[in-house]
Amino acid sequence: MAQNRGRAARQEVMDAPAMARTIARMAAEILERDGDGVMLVGIHTRGVPLADRLARSLEEVTGHKVSVGRLDITLYRDDVGPWRPAHQQPVLKRTVLPASIDDHVIYLVDDVLFTGRTVRAALDTLIDYGRPQAVRLAVLVDRGHRELPVAADVVGKNIATTRSEDVQVRLSEVDGEDGVWIGREVGNAG
Amino acid sequence: MPVEAAAALAAKDVVGIQRLSPGEIQLILNTAEELLEVARRPIKKVPALRGSTVINLFMEPSTRTRFSFEVAEKRLSADTLNFSASGSSVSKGETLFDTARNLMAMAPDFIIIRHPHSGAPHRLAEVVPASIVNAGDGINEHPTQALLDAFTMCQHFGGLEGLKVVIAGDIRHSRVARSNAFLLGKMGAEVRFVAPASLLPLDVEELGVIPFVRLEPALEGADVVMMLRIQLERQKKLNFPSMREYYDFFALTPERLALAAERAIVMHPGPMNRGVEIDSRVADGPRSVILEQVTNGVAIRMAILYLLAGGRSEAASDS
Repeated sequence: MAQNRGRAARQEVMDAPAMARTIARMAAEILERDGDGVMLVGIHTRGVPLADRLARSLEEVTGHKVSVGRLDITLYRDDVGPWRPAHQQPVLKRTVLPASIDDHVIYLVDDVLFTGRTVRAALDTLIDYGRPQAVRLAVLVDRGHRELPVAADVVGKNIATTRSEDVQVRLSEVDGEDGVWIGREVGNAG
Repeated sequence: MPVEAAAALAAKDVVGIQRLSPGEIQLILNTAEELLEVARRPIKKVPALRGSTVINLFMEPSTRTRFSFEVAEKRLSADTLNFSASGSSVSKGETLFDTARNLMAMAPDFIIIRHPHSGAPHRLAEVVPASIVNAGDGINEHPTQALLDAFTMCQHFGGLEGLKVVIAGDIRHSRVARSNAFLLGKMGAEVRFVAPASLLPLDVEELGVIPFVRLEPALEGADVVMMLRIQLERQKKLNFPSMREYYDFFALTPERLALAAERAIVMHPGPMNRGVEIDSRVADGPRSVILEQVTNGVAIRMAILYLLAGGRSEAASDS
C-alpha cells in the first residue's frame, strides 16, 4: 500500500452522528447531576468548542442560557520553563470566564483524558480565579494511562488504547470535520 | 497587512531591536497581549518561571524600568535579586566581566542589565550562558521600551503599518528614540524625529527617519506624538540657549497638539519634565496614554522572559 510514512492505518471509533449523540448524552448527565446552574469551562484547544456544544445541548433541553468560559493552561504546565531542555514555548491563548467562579459548580471540558497532567494544570489555573463550589470534569474520550490521580465525572466514551497509540479527536470548528480516530503513530493528545 | 509572528525567538538574549526580526517583534507583542490579563486576576501571579532566578543588574539609576522588570519577574514566579551600582563592588573598581563572572557563580537564568556604556549587554551576552535582556545601554538601545511603546500604539490603532509617529526631544542622547526608530521602521511605520539641530543624531538619515528642526510641520497629520526629556546627565553643556526657550519652541502644548491627527495619542517614556518638553495640560489630558505605557511595560517584559525561557528556536527544532 502506498501510504505515507508515519501515517499508519487509523481506525474510526466515533463518527459525526455518534459524536452528536454522545454530546447530547453528556449534557443530560450534567443536567441530572447538577442542574442547569453550572458553568462550563473548555480547555484550549478542543475543549473550547466542546464546551460550546454541551452548552447548546443544555440550553435546548432547559431553555436557559448556560455560562461558558475557556481556560488557557499554558502558564501552569509542568513541561514549560527554563529548567527544561531548550524547546519552543507554546503560544499563549486567552482565558475568558463569563462571571466570578466563586460558589459555582464548574465543569472543566476537554476532548481527551490521558495522563491527567492537563487537568492538574487546569485545576491550578482555575483556582487562581476564585473558589468554586465544586469542580467536575467532562471529557469526550477517556483513553486511560493516567499518571496522576485524576478521574472524569462525565465521559463520552471509554476507549482502550496502548500508550503508543494516537487518539485524534477532530471537531469541525477546529479541524473541519467531526470524528474520533485511533492511529499507531505516537501523538500528543493529552 | 499584519506581520506573521515567528514561532520562537532565535537568540538566547534580547539585546536590541536591531537584532530582532519583524516576526519576532510580532511574537513578543502577541504574547504580551495574552499576559496583560494576568494583572486583572484576583491572584496576579502564574507559575510559569517558578524555580528560575533573575538578576537585575542596574548600573544606572532607574525607577520605572527596574520596578517594571521586577513586577514582571514576580508575576511569573521567578526569584529576583537586585544589584545596583552604588553600594556594590562596582563602586570599588570591579570590571563588568568580573562582576558578571561572579554573578554567574550564582547560576541565574536571566540577567537584566542597564549600563551607561553602549554595547555592554551585547558583550555580556557573548560571555555568559544566562539570557541577557537589555534594560537600556548608554545612548544605544532600550528595546523593551520600544516594544511597550509599539504595543500601546497597536492597542489604539490595531497595528503599526502606515502610522505616522513623531518623536521629539533630545534625540541624540536617546536610546528610546533609536530603538523606536528601528522597531517602527521594521514594522512599516513612518518616523519623524524633531529636535534642535544640535540634538539630532548624526546618523539620522541612516536610521530611515524624516528629520525636522521645528515641531509644527512634523505634527501635521501625526497619529502618535512621543515626547522625550532633555538628558542633562549625558551632555556636558546645554545644547540650546535655555530651558525656557526650549519650551517656547519644542514643548508639546494643547495648541501644537491640535495640529496632529484627531485620533492622535501622546506618549512619554518618562521621567517627564513638566513645563520643559511637555505642558501639564497635555500630559494629563485625554489623549495622554503615558500611564497605559507603564501598565503595558509589565506585560512586554513578562512576554520576553516567558519566550526566552523556552531556549533557542534552532535547538527546539532539533529536538
